[in-house]
Amino acid sequence: MNEPQQAIEVKDLHKRFGPLEVLKGISLTAKQGDVIAIIGGSGSGKSTFLRCINLLELPTAGSVTVHGETIEMKSDGQGGLMPANRKQVQRIRSRLAMVFQSFNLWQHMTVLQNVTEVPVQVLGVPKDQAIATAETILKRVGLYEKRDAYPSFLSGGQQQRAAIARALAVQPLAMLFDEPTSALDPELVGEVLSVIGDLAREKRTMLLVTHEMKFAREVSNHVVFLHNGLIEEQGPPEQIFGAPKSERLKKFISSIH
Amino acid sequence: MSETVTTPPAYVAPAGRSLFEPHRLVLMAIFGVLVFCIIWFMRWDWLPRYSAKLVSGIGESLLMLFATSFVGFLLAVPIGLAQVAGPRLLKWLSVLFCTVIRGTPLLLQLWLLYYGLGSIFAQYPEIRQSFLWPYLRQAWPYGFLALTLSFAAYEGEVMRGAFAGVPRGELEAADSFGMSRFQTFWRIWLPRAIHRALPTLNGDTVLQLKSTPLIATITVVDVYGVISRVRQDTYLTYEPLLLLALIYLCLTGILVYVFRKLENRIPTRGV
Ligand SMILES: Nc1ncnc2c1ncn2[C@@H]1O[C@H](COP(=O)(O)OP(=O)(O)OP(=O)(O)O)[C@@H](O)[C@H]1O
Ligand SMILES: [Mg+2]
Repeated sequence: MNEPQQAIEVKDLHKRFGPLEVLKGISLTAKQGDVIAIIGGSGSGKSTFLRCINLLELPTAGSVTVHGETIEMKSDGQGGLMPANRKQVQRIRSRLAMVFQSFNLWQHMTVLQNVTEVPVQVLGVPKDQAIATAETILKRVGLYEKRDAYPSFLSGGQQQRAAIARALAVQPLAMLFDEPTSALDPELVGEVLSVIGDLAREKRTMLLVTHEMKFAREVSNHVVFLHNGLIEEQGPPEQIFGAPKSERLKKFISSIH
Repeated sequence: MSETVTTPPAYVAPAGRSLFEPHRLVLMAIFGVLVFCIIWFMRWDWLPRYSAKLVSGIGESLLMLFATSFVGFLLAVPIGLAQVAGPRLLKWLSVLFCTVIRGTPLLLQLWLLYYGLGSIFAQYPEIRQSFLWPYLRQAWPYGFLALTLSFAAYEGEVMRGAFAGVPRGELEAADSFGMSRFQTFWRIWLPRAIHRALPTLNGDTVLQLKSTPLIATITVVDVYGVISRVRQDTYLTYEPLLLLALIYLCLTGILVYVFRKLENRIPTRGV
């Protein structure tokens, strides 16, 4: 089999929390090198969608395929799904790197340990090699000097860059960003966006949930507008931001500016 | 990339003041006189005779402290974890255990084990003839058991809080990077919880040290037992007790110092 074109393929994804159906059938394909921005109002299901892709939330129905490999699911006996093969889920997760709104760095480890943890413990990379790779990545995100610092001593922007370094260290097949700058003071947003922008220009596959419309327009090649658990409109950024079709999207975009 | 740090500077303790300020000199003088009086006017001639016993008593106390804290902590981890993440039955059992042990005096537990369990054991020939009997006839296994269970119950409660207090996001991050449940527990959840619990563990270990003299009531000869013996032999009241206080004070100081070292290995700010 040759390299699959599709990095991530989501088919008809549903998710409900009790009586509340948050995702009502979402299909989305990310080809390799795609930078897909996911926008939408609060509560529209953006985070839930992202978290369903690496099974932090278990979808109620639908399928997720990563690099041609479909995550095996089975019925949980209560109308939902659960992983059929835990090992497979772990393997796929380890290459789908997630960057969280609240960083979620491991506070009892230094920046360097945070970055080498997954390569060494999960991917089985030899320690010295993992450290060398980590140092290269930390240089890239401008944190080499802070490699021995503990996260609580870093600014929010530095912590988020460390979290991005941690994500890069697994050589991800795709990166999942969930509002990576929403928890930051305004003056720290720029340094994080500039790192993400660089990664986007390198054509790393990524799904990016964000409220930074200007940034989304700049770096993405595809924009998805979620509303009420459905894709209301999608297309290239120029079209979505320049000539939105649906009324809701028009309203959403004008409300942001 | 700009390296602007906007977090406020960490707290810096003010520079230590000189030892030789007038009020400090006065205090030191008073203390010096006190020590001199204690040494000069009180009777210490018994000390050499009992020094070997004292050393072995201190050894016994420390052995009890370390053994019971260590084993107790090993038990506390699953007890705390069961309360946070265990199946309902285990959770219930752990809560029950902690409530009973923490809700009754340690001295009572000790006596119940020693006089109660000990005499029940003695009634069964199977036990009297077993290889365990030479141990079960002595007092220290009951002291060890009581102190261990007590530590396990208190620290089980501490670990419950510590496990529950580890931010969900950090565990989620571990999940999201494909760590197995065991790895998440072993690499992230447990060390993070212990780190959070260290200051409390420090305090409780000191309390545990000061619970060890209770075993003297069931004839284990720890340092307190030796001092009691001195008092009986010499009819002295204050001198042996002063020495005992000094010994516990020193041991506590050492414990606190070691724990501080451990805590500082992973510095954290704020919280
Ligand atoms: N664990 C949960 N249990 C119950 N309801 C949930 C849970 N997680 C999310 N929801 C609900 O699902 C809906 C979608 O949430 P989600 O976090 O995906 O929205 P979002 O688009 O990311 O919003 P935001 O922009 O505020 O982050 C919300 O109504 C939320 O209350
Ligand atoms: Mg969200």
